Amino acid sequence: MNKILLIAQREFLVRIRKKSFIIMTILGPFLFGFAMIVPVWMSTKGSEKTTIQVLDKSGLDISNKLIQNTEFDFVITDGDLLYIKEVFAQSPNEGLLYIPKIDLDNPDGITYYSKSNIDIETQQKINRIVKTELQNKKLELSGIGKEFLENIWTKMNIQTISIDAGEEQKSFAEANAIAGLTSAVLIYFFIFLYGTLVLRGVIDEKSNRIVEVIITSVRPFQLMMGKILGIATMALIQFLIWMTLTFAISGFINSRFQMNRFSSDNIDQTLAKLKPGDINNALEMNKTLVAIESINFPLMLTAFLFYFFIGYLLYAALFAAIGAAVDGESDSQQFMLPVTIPLIISFVFAQTIINDPDSSLAIWLSIIPLTSPVTMMVRIPFGVPWWQLLISMSLLFAAFIVCTWISAKIYRVGILMYGKKPSYYEIWKWIKYS
Amino acid sequence: MDNYLQINDLYKKYNTQVVLNKVNINIPQNKIFGLLGPNGAGKTSLIRTITQIIAPDSGTIHIKGALLSEKHNRLIGYLPEERGLYKKMKVGEQLLYLAQLKGLSKRDARVNIDNWSGRLGIDTWYEKRIEELSKGMQQKVQFIASVVHNPELLILDEPFSGFDPINTLQLKEEILKLKSNGTTIIFSTHRMDTVEELCDNIALINKGNILLEGNQYEIKSRYKSLTYKAVLSSKLQKPNYDFEIVSEIVNPQNMYEYEIKLKQGNSNDIIAYLISQSELISFNEKIPSMDEIFVQTVNN
Repeated sequence: MNKILLIAQREFLVRIRKKSFIIMTILGPFLFGFAMIVPVWMSTKGSEKTTIQVLDKSGLDISNKLIQNTEFDFVITDGDLLYIKEVFAQSPNEGLLYIPKIDLDNPDGITYYSKSNIDIETQQKINRIVKTELQNKKLELSGIGKEFLENIWTKMNIQTISIDAGEEQKSFAEANAIAGLTSAVLIYFFIFLYGTLVLRGVIDEKSNRIVEVIITSVRPFQLMMGKILGIATMALIQFLIWMTLTFAISGFINSRFQMNRFSSDNIDQTLAKLKPGDINNALEMNKTLVAIESINFPLMLTAFLFYFFIGYLLYAALFAAIGAAVDGESDSQQFMLPVTIPLIISFVFAQTIINDPDSSLAIWLSIIPLTSPVTMMVRIPFGVPWWQLLISMSLLFAAFIVCTWISAKIYRVGILMYGKKPSYYEIWKWIKYS
Repeated sequence: MDNYLQINDLYKKYNTQVVLNKVNINIPQNKIFGLLGPNGAGKTSLIRTITQIIAPDSGTIHIKGALLSEKHNRLIGYLPEERGLYKKMKVGEQLLYLAQLKGLSKRDARVNIDNWSGRLGIDTWYEKRIEELSKGMQQKVQFIASVVHNPELLILDEPFSGFDPINTLQLKEEILKLKSNGTTIIFSTHRMDTVEELCDNIALINKGNILLEGNQYEIKSRYKSLTYKAVLSSKLQKPNYDFEIVSEIVNPQNMYEYEIKLKQGNSNDIIAYLISQSELISFNEKIPSMDEIFVQTVNN
């Protein structure tokens, strides 16, 4: 045991001193946050409105409707198209929308001139705006008032409540899906990331031949377990630092943007102070916060740590055996595939499982050990019967013991085999050696 | 003489290939034991069973009279032929790690490392990474790793490969010092010159079989052919039927070099005869080199 600790300690210390570890550990949450925030920020960045000139020859008074639009700054111009185009070319305006005399049933010839290549989003927006105005015009002409129509459009959201152990809980399918998917992605990513470190470490020791010296001092099993546990410790430390940093960052965001305003306790006061246009946004924010609060974080975190840790141990043992069996990393692909297929399958089915988290596919995948770490994490936010969780966890643990035992046998023989890639049959024989 | 290691009927087969075929060897305490054999003879397999890296199919190994077991790992030091260290690790850390794996406390390990590094002149390299060292320097680090826990039994597999003559000499001295301090040494090689210099006992192994085993001098005398080398100032004229002239060469100094095989009598008879014929410059018994014994035995 003492020697396993020594080996684990070396693995841990060597790895945490690497520059790549330090950089990834510190930058990880920022990169992750960056990846989440940038798209949101880009889409909300509406401070600079694009100015578009409108030359309306339709005689339907569309341009006057357009100038009420808030997404773009529409400016009305008048004159001959050729002349206007010249003026436009000299102006700082970004676009020129030309509406010729059109037939409302078949509105052809509406053209948008732009100074640079127009992006798809802007193009679709302009298309939608003009289309809406044409439709409104048609409605107006047909005698149906806009107010009448707006009365027909009904806005609603079904509120879902799941009755769990007699307790009614608001359930938020979307928030659950996001929580489940995120943790599934993380588990998948971590198992691969740290499992590959084990694989590389074993191949490295084998190819630089130090393994022969080491296994005169310790048993191959001790060397294998030491390596796996050392990397696991590193992974946990890295994960904890990431969590801490993430909480720190989100705490900062909370206070910086006074997210408290939108919590259920404060939302009424906040709404009272807001301009009518912002009320919808505030309500939306409140909904998101309530949904986040609805997730059972202690359970999620406990389950995450268990499935991550034991799942990693299971896969790491298999990866170690592969590393020992092959001569170089390029040879490892052949054996990696069958081992990683379950992991990939569970990942591929994640979306299907979110759509129906209690289907028999979901239940089976969350119980079978090699797929359970990812699949169970997808299911947990939606609620999983405790007995399924218990079976899944016990099976995973049992599989970890069995796989480690088998891997140790492959490892023990493979680590001293040089020069040829073993076949599956040979590996089977290694397992049978006493 | 006490045997430190007793190997009885050791047998090991990989698939269909027998790598150790009922091997019996006794390794005396506090001697340098040469394990000789061509490449692929089974030397490494034998060493790996002693270091318990592999288990034999049958047969036993006793160390100081006790059946070899895991607790004996602490007593054994091993320098494998294929050298290997963690390339990114610093010299000092690496030696400390390997010594601790052998069961040394951190403090004892430090003392021993300082002692050995001083002796081999590498004590200024502690902070260097292995990959920054020359091959010869790496070999020294690896040697220290094999002796740092003061093993009773030291197994050296081709220890001089990759060393320059100066380092080779230094290493030889250290090996002899270890012997004089009571260490039993197994020395595996196919280079016979070093065997003759260092080894007390030898075993010759080929295709998993022990062909020869015993004291080096006894073996050599067993292979003596009663042949003598004589250098004379002039050519021998009159034949003598008690012995046979095996060869006659004129050397660059215009001296006549003879190889003479005795048929009856003893070496004094040859000397008497030679003196009567010419001026005798030198006279030696021709002792077979290990090389010759090696080639002769393997070919047989």
